[in-house]
Amino acid sequence: MIEKSIKTLKAESKSLNFFYGTLHALKNVSMPLEINKVTALIGPSGCGKTTFLRCFNRMHDLYPHNRYEGEIILYPDTINILSPSVDPIEVRMRISMVFQKPNPFPKSIYENVAYGLKVRGIRNKKTLDEKVEKSLRGAALWDEVKDRLNNSAFDLSGGQQQRLCIARALATDPEILLFDEPTSALDPIATSKIEELIIELKKRVTILIVTHNMQQAARISDWTGFMMLGELIEFDKTDKLFTAPAEKLTEDYITGRFG
Amino acid sequence: MEDIKKKIKENELKDHIFAIIGLMSTFVGLILLFVLFVDLFIDGAPRLSYKFLTSFPSRFPDEAGILSALVGTFLVMLVTAFAAIPLGVGAGIYLEEYARKNWLTNILEINISNLAGVPSIIYGLLALGLFVYFFRLGESILTGGLALALLILPIVIMSTREAIRAIPNSIREASYALGATKWQTVQWHILPYSIGGILTGIIIGLSRAIGETAPIITVGALTFIAFLPTSPFSSDFPFLSFKWLLDPFTVLPIQMFNWVSRPQKEFHLNAAAAGIILMVMTLIMNALAIYIRYRFRKKIKW
Repeated sequence: MIEKSIKTLKAESKSLNFFYGTLHALKNVSMPLEINKVTALIGPSGCGKTTFLRCFNRMHDLYPHNRYEGEIILYPDTINILSPSVDPIEVRMRISMVFQKPNPFPKSIYENVAYGLKVRGIRNKKTLDEKVEKSLRGAALWDEVKDRLNNSAFDLSGGQQQRLCIARALATDPEILLFDEPTSALDPIATSKIEELIIELKKRVTILIVTHNMQQAARISDWTGFMMLGELIEFDKTDKLFTAPAEKLTEDYITGRFG
Repeated sequence: MEDIKKKIKENELKDHIFAIIGLMSTFVGLILLFVLFVDLFIDGAPRLSYKFLTSFPSRFPDEAGILSALVGTFLVMLVTAFAAIPLGVGAGIYLEEYARKNWLTNILEINISNLAGVPSIIYGLLALGLFVYFFRLGESILTGGLALALLILPIVIMSTREAIRAIPNSIREASYALGATKWQTVQWHILPYSIGGILTGIIIGLSRAIGETAPIITVGALTFIAFLPTSPFSSDFPFLSFKWLLDPFTVLPIQMFNWVSRPQKEFHLNAAAAGIILMVMTLIMNALAIYIRYRFRKKIKW
């Protein structure tokens, strides 16, 4: 039923299991990502939603004793992101990530945005300038920083830093943008700016966002998945999941009976 | 009521007594150091002159100088720095950023911290066996420099690792998430952000090496040298010569040791003067280390 209402898939996890050493953190998670839509993941702390998100750019490869089982298929070329034969660096070049706490580099605003391009070997000053401006505009930050691109990123406020991190992630034209609770360290005004930005961004990039704020998921997402104890309990259109959940657990969680 | 007041007075008295004892303990070290320095200065200062710095050692105390020791110290430090910096920083980066955490790296780690505690004469013996007898490098500047490099290697490795560890993991993840390789992350982030701490460690290591005597004596530095090593610059192609690496040498602490062990009082004054030079050199290096640390701390706040 869900598969039918999705027109074009961007990615899809199939029976995904994940282990931190012996800890079985994700259990048989199968979930689609529709292209140019926002998919949100909600659930209580420790339910595995961030673990799931970090599978999409193979962040778990950075640490020892982590193990994937199952597949995440990336469309249209149907490669399995998790396959050992796929270079995690290639995956990260196609799928960008914005972290929970703003983590700009202690460099200039310009250098922060240009970094992903420099990693790809782009040295041409004009190309870099254009891309930096385009990304900063895309992250709704250009007007605030255009006169001080060479100032340290640390001079920006928390909300601006997070938008800078979004610009940094956008600069490389990713196919999917992953957000790991991007507003949990921000005040309400900065949060609403980021939310507007995410809605704007889905026109050109597929978005997967982890949030522990259910209202946020309801406001900005098209699809929502509810996870608990490493399992995907329910996945549906956001308005359906929040108004008429099929599972008792989902209903208990969204009505605040636990969590 | 009176009882309580009396008790409080008593307790406060103990408080004051401890404060005074604590203050005195603090000052004992400082005053001793100060007295030592003043004593050294009173003895040595009159001998300090341009001529003292530019003369070779001599049988006559008034004509003796520290030229060969000064040049020797400088060249040995050069070799030490060239050997210890790439090895130490490289090992530190490898252990922090590349090595998988397993039993082998654990053993490596424990041994590196143990190495820092090995008495310096042991390094001298190692250098004697390895560089002098096995590699046949002779009792040369190269041997001395490499011996001291071994000695400060653990210091450089450990300070490199500490400086790298101070970088929050979120910065690494940000870099990797953009598709960077390990080397790109090291080159653009890890090294630039930790360079202050690394430099501090290097300088502290070198300032320890500059005063070391035992390993240098063990590898056979001469105590009386009245000539300079071969010049590193030559008039023929390729204009640079590395023959000096294999020349015999002496360093400041050995020159001092040599003068102190003479019976004539005048030579003792020479030793004091050389001591001032050595102390000023270490103090300058330590001040530089503190300055660098301060500057980089101000620049990057996590």
